[in-house]
Amino acid sequence: MECLVQAKNINKIYDLGEIKVEALKEVSFCINKSSFVAFIGPSGSGKSTLLNLIGCLDRPTTGELTVLEQDVSSLSGKERTTFRGNNLGFIFQDFNLIPVLTVFENIEYPLIMVQNIEKSKRKAIVMELLDQVGLADQKNKMPNQISGGQKQRVAIARSLSTSPKIVLADEPTANLDHDTAYKIIDLIRKIKDEKGTSFIFSTHDPKIVNEVDVKFTIEDGKIVTGENK
Amino acid sequence: MITIMRIAFNNLYRQKRRTFLTVAIIAFGVISVLLFSAIAGSFKGMMIGQITDSMLGHIQIHRKGYVESLDNMPLNLTINKKQLAKITEVLDKNKFIEGYSFRILLGGMLSNYVETTNIKLAAINPEQAKVVIPLLSGRIKEGKMLKKGEILLPDLVTRGLKLKIGGEVVIIANNADGSVNGQGFKIAGIVDSAVGPSGKYGYIHIDDARTILRMNEVQVSEIAIRLKNIDKIQPVIKKLKKALASLKNKSGKPMIEIHPWMKLTPFFNIAKMIDMMALFIKIILVTIVLISIMNVMIMAVYERVKEIGTMSAIGTPASRIRTLFITEGLFLGIIGAISGAVIGTIVIWGVKAMKFTVSFGRTDNILLTPNVTMGEIGAISLIVMLISVIAVLEPAIKASRLEPVEALRQ
Repeated sequence: MECLVQAKNINKIYDLGEIKVEALKEVSFCINKSSFVAFIGPSGSGKSTLLNLIGCLDRPTTGELTVLEQDVSSLSGKERTTFRGNNLGFIFQDFNLIPVLTVFENIEYPLIMVQNIEKSKRKAIVMELLDQVGLADQKNKMPNQISGGQKQRVAIARSLSTSPKIVLADEPTANLDHDTAYKIIDLIRKIKDEKGTSFIFSTHDPKIVNEVDVKFTIEDGKIVTGENK
Repeated sequence: MITIMRIAFNNLYRQKRRTFLTVAIIAFGVISVLLFSAIAGSFKGMMIGQITDSMLGHIQIHRKGYVESLDNMPLNLTINKKQLAKITEVLDKNKFIEGYSFRILLGGMLSNYVETTNIKLAAINPEQAKVVIPLLSGRIKEGKMLKKGEILLPDLVTRGLKLKIGGEVVIIANNADGSVNGQGFKIAGIVDSAVGPSGKYGYIHIDDARTILRMNEVQVSEIAIRLKNIDKIQPVIKKLKKALASLKNKSGKPMIEIHPWMKLTPFFNIAKMIDMMALFIKIILVTIVLISIMNVMIMAVYERVKEIGTMSAIGTPASRIRTLFITEGLFLGIIGAISGAVIGTIVIWGVKAMKFTVSFGRTDNILLTPNVTMGEIGAISLIVMLISVIAVLEPAIKASRLEPVEALRQ
């Protein structure tokens, strides 16, 4: 089967002057289409670094990384920005909503600033996403007027607004209580099943680990296990 | 762009106090510049008006070399009848000229039959002078404008010789060939001394001067010209020089020279100094705007690193992040400039309504009329807006170049 994301012997070394830190060592894997994948491991194991590389936020020091058949390690900064905007969605641990925009405008933001979609289409897309995440009645609220769970729902809706093929979620439940975290995972799973979007998590939350189809365990920058459910 | 503007506005609004203080500083700078320009401009205009309208006129024409020897008032460097005919023809054709006045300048002795003193005289045609130096009549503190056979004396001379209106004096002067002649005059009026080189001259009728100086034909020392619009001095001079280029001496060099008022009085340097001060105040304004906006926007970038990282991560092009910060800076500049312009205009009206008066030279109670043109307000506002954009460029570029992975870590 064709890989949605494929890594071949990628290394990531942080040069901190006199010290060089090897964050990833000879990492190789393949993630298939419409996957529900988690990179799990303790803090400092390299899972967020790996997610940053897949999300084109950073470049591997050596090795080959292909995302959606594009060798992303050779892209320039500008090309990576365009690639992210058109193909990837992001969900952050701290939600990272734009505080001066309403719920509606936060979801609409990538459609205007990244994809230049016309107003009527934008409205339809945002309203559909708001319905999906159950926040249609909160659309005019500012981020500081809604709860943490609601903020993460907005972030999920925003990550899906440009119809990306892959959504990368870095510890998406870390700042949520137990019940809310489950609801968020259920929501993501539902969206994945409906839209066929691949979700790649970086987490050590057992609630997510138990839900994913594929999990890679990372320790000291190396993938030590990779297993399908 | 609307979304960028909306985010920019909301970003400024969420830091209300900081935005208010920055706008207030910019507005204060704009108010200061407008007020200074209006008052200094009014003082400068009044000063120039006093000098040109009571003595010099806007432009003067002399025989070449006359101005260099002005202290001696040479009678061998006069403009003769033939040259005068040509000059008059050219002046009459120029539509920018409101009027011109012939003058003979002479030095002599003034006697009241008891005491004698030196005196410098400007011999004028009162009808022409009324047009070219309309403020001369305003300088007559006692008596009236002269007629033939009469003299206007500076107040310092009348006080020194204890002269009164209607009194008789004799003027004795050397003519061009060195012989001496004298004539009696009736004192028609006493003129206030004015600031400037010719401010302490007495005045007689030009026909009387010709008699004393035994001039057989029409000759003049200078021609003072008044323009309809003082701003047209340079183009008019250029045109006059071209039209009078045919007046040459035996060696083929120009026979006459044309000077604007600025070249004839040291007070032009004061006017220039006022302009320099206005420029200096504008530089201070630019610095205030530059530092305030740069400071605020650098803080904004540092505070919003994670937000910028998020924008970049989800695919916002660097150019749009740059535009966002530039828009924020521009908004600060626009709001500051508009507030400053409105408040500044109101303050200027207020100062005008208070009717402040100043003294210049020996002239008191000159009403200051501070005024600012829409062009000046527009120019200052544009400078502020432009500087706002320049000030925000560095922080905006810095924000757009942030690596999202680094920014998101904060």
